[in-house]
Amino acid sequence: MPSGALLIAQAFNGLALGTLLALVSSGLTIILGTLGVLNFAHGALFMLGAYVIFVIAGQTGSFVLGLVVGGVFMLLAGVFIERVVIRLFYARPAEDQILVTFGIAIVLIEAVRAIFGGASQHVDVPSWAEGVTQLGFLIYPTYRLALIGIIAVLLIALYIVLYRTSVGLVVRAGIEDARMVGILGINVHRAFLLVFAIGVLAAGLAGMLYAPIVSVNPDMGADFLIESFVVIVIGGLGSYPGAVVGGIIAGEIISITSAFNSAYSQVMLYAVMALLLVLRPQGLFGAEGRV
Amino acid sequence: MSAERVGLARERRPIPFLPEAVLAVVLIAAPFALPHVGFSFDLMERILNWGLLGLGFDLLFGAAGLLSFGQAAFYGTGGFVTAYLLINHVISSVWLALLIGTFWAGVFGLVVGWLAVRRIGIYFAMITLAFGEMSFFLENAPLSSYTGGENGLPGVPVPYLGPIHLVQGLPMYGLLAGFFFVGFVLARRILHSPFGAVLRAIRQNTARVEMLGHSVPLYKLAVFVIAALYSGIAGGLLGVFQSYMPPDAFTLDTSGQVVVQTVIGGVGTLIGPTVGAAVWLYLRDNLQMIPGIGALWKLILGLIFVALVIGLKRGICGEIIALFSRRPAAVEASGELEGDFAAEAPPPAPELPMRAPMVRALPEAPALRAINLAKHFGGLRAVDDVSFSVRTGSIHAVIGPNGAGKSTLFKMLLDEIAPTAGEVRLFGRRITGIGATRAAQLGIGKSNQLNQLFLDLTVADNIRVAALARRRGRFRIDVIRPANSIAVVERQVDVALRTVGLEHRADTPVHELPYGEKRRLEIGMALATGPNVLLLDEPLAGMSPAERIATRALIQEIGRTRTLLIVEHDMDAIFELAERITVLQEGRLLAEGTPEQIQGDDAVQTAYLGGLHAHEPA
Repeated sequence: MPSGALLIAQAFNGLALGTLLALVSSGLTIILGTLGVLNFAHGALFMLGAYVIFVIAGQTGSFVLGLVVGGVFMLLAGVFIERVVIRLFYARPAEDQILVTFGIAIVLIEAVRAIFGGASQHVDVPSWAEGVTQLGFLIYPTYRLALIGIIAVLLIALYIVLYRTSVGLVVRAGIEDARMVGILGINVHRAFLLVFAIGVLAAGLAGMLYAPIVSVNPDMGADFLIESFVVIVIGGLGSYPGAVVGGIIAGEIISITSAFNSAYSQVMLYAVMALLLVLRPQGLFGAEGRV
Repeated sequence: MSAERVGLARERRPIPFLPEAVLAVVLIAAPFALPHVGFSFDLMERILNWGLLGLGFDLLFGAAGLLSFGQAAFYGTGGFVTAYLLINHVISSVWLALLIGTFWAGVFGLVVGWLAVRRIGIYFAMITLAFGEMSFFLENAPLSSYTGGENGLPGVPVPYLGPIHLVQGLPMYGLLAGFFFVGFVLARRILHSPFGAVLRAIRQNTARVEMLGHSVPLYKLAVFVIAALYSGIAGGLLGVFQSYMPPDAFTLDTSGQVVVQTVIGGVGTLIGPTVGAAVWLYLRDNLQMIPGIGALWKLILGLIFVALVIGLKRGICGEIIALFSRRPAAVEASGELEGDFAAEAPPPAPELPMRAPMVRALPEAPALRAINLAKHFGGLRAVDDVSFSVRTGSIHAVIGPNGAGKSTLFKMLLDEIAPTAGEVRLFGRRITGIGATRAAQLGIGKSNQLNQLFLDLTVADNIRVAALARRRGRFRIDVIRPANSIAVVERQVDVALRTVGLEHRADTPVHELPYGEKRRLEIGMALATGPNVLLLDEPLAGMSPAERIATRALIQEIGRTRTLLIVEHDMDAIFELAERITVLQEGRLLAEGTPEQIQGDDAVQTAYLGGLHAHEPA
């Protein structure tokens, strides 16, 4: 039985991983919910974000500048991919959409590998978040605390965009019934473009924020892709609150399980997913019969 | 005349066993020719191993349309079980170990498939992918004392074939080529068996397959297990031919690579995955040597892959097959042939062989009985407390203005949708709640208002899938015999084709048919199941006046041998054909009687004419 201190530390690690997963998955889930496309390139876009901050922070020395410029870059990347490829696939079967986004992932990963090589890169923790913070009951790396805070702000910002703006209203209506929104005379495809770009931005920002904690390499996105699939299955396909709650649940499952036996942390995650698919296939927040 | 046409069509059929013969020649010639152009024995063995894995995947995705991202789970399972048994001397025979490894891959496939096939599209892809990852992590940590974790299992022995030790080089190549050849022959038989015909139909239109009486979930599960078995044997051979079972067999990369190779080589061609693997591995081995583009080979393949998917291209083998089987434009003659049918009345339909036994009829029970049927969608009462009986052997019509609930009623009669209240009895037996598949097996068929056809299959195959349903029951794994080898089914196919006047179209893909012929095929399919009770939902919709006359004659002909229930807006047709008419209005039963009684009924007059005037200010 692990000690209480270890459990608390792991619970914090779970929160850090969970918020990160929540950010990646919310991007995945709004794309799925609105466009109906399961984006297999999402992990590769996460990886791309990490490389963007590697380049910009490495050149300028400023992590914050990296986040801002990198964010704009990811938005543009999203617009480009939607205009060139994704928009051709709205009327195609789900299998085709999966295949093409899977292909985009290969192209992105291999392009990065061709430019930067396959070796792992390192991104420095920004100077303002170095060291550890004394929380009284726990000594915890400052950057991870900052990570939780920044992602919380980003998730709230995304919530405001989705639930408190007219654009968000169109997006949420599109999730309910894209055809009906189109019939009402709203340009659904412009909303689609925007949602895809925001979704890509979410994946990219998550990759940027995660970069200082791990080694950056072309294949780093694969695990996150699959874990965020699990998250949206737990939370309910296409549900934004589901992605946030599901992300934190998944993060905690992985972290708490590793406190007991790290060998089972991932296995446990997939076991929970399998169980949910049998008992509650629509997920925690999903409506019956959707997607 | 018509028999001659059918005969001609049959003669153009491809030479039997041509693909198998070509493959045998290529496999025998390869070790002598290919090493000169950069294919080592090791490379050829790898290609065949991926190809074997791909055969199963192509049956799953190419034939049945199920896109799995989890084939690695079964590849790894087969490989590690085989390797574990041999290395730990649990079993000394490599052949037996391969068999056991394959068996366990199949068992794992059964479990995963049982969960996965309930879902389609993105759900199916995600579930298979998640189980693939789960097995990767299981191999890596919890089971690492058995599997070697990240190190895998080295030292897998190679088998003896009689006195020959199948060491690296030609003997090992022979082993893989032998397995691949047998795997290919089997896969091809599966694809062209009755089982395979149902799979291909599922890919085209799942709902119709269910409605014809085939159990879709069981077929999907069966092909999932078959694909897992192929993965398992390929995984077992992987450890054997490289004397080492690597943990990467379980990775997502493995599952993804099969998908990419299959798309590049040609989905649904069986040999496609092997050709895709050859391209993939050849480029990897040979481009890597060239400075400057070494690392780019995968990027280039990725771009090609995306382009193929965007352009809806059929991949290397798909394009080659399309090139060779280009048919003379069948559509040119269509106008004349259509006129042909419309001009003559159809020949008297010979009795359809009715294979399935009649439902054990209660004496005096009507063929079909709706009892207090109701369907409410929220506050909308689409069908409200409707009861009526259809006498065995009669032609019965349901009419009513648009929105009267006719189509909803039909869906409930077939148990496609569950009623809110009430029940349906077929020959006295309750069929409500048993599902469309079982209802079809009990002898009720339906032709739909909107065509539900298998567009990429030929006309004959469409009819055949229908005719196979009651002959074979809900589910049967008959993977060895050809789909067109069951004499009684073929007779039924011929009769159904002739009855709807499509015998000259037998080998035409359905998407090439003009609309009127598609309509007739829709009826022909329902007929070919050999239903005791046939429901026709607006059979005349969208037909030209000439076609209408011919189809009316056709319906009359069909009605001589079975019970018919028709929904139709063409009142002339209804009053000519039907013996009894049920009138619905706004979901409720308005009137019922003979055509004369209905024509003279005041309520019906008001419903049709008054209803119109009430809403239109004069």
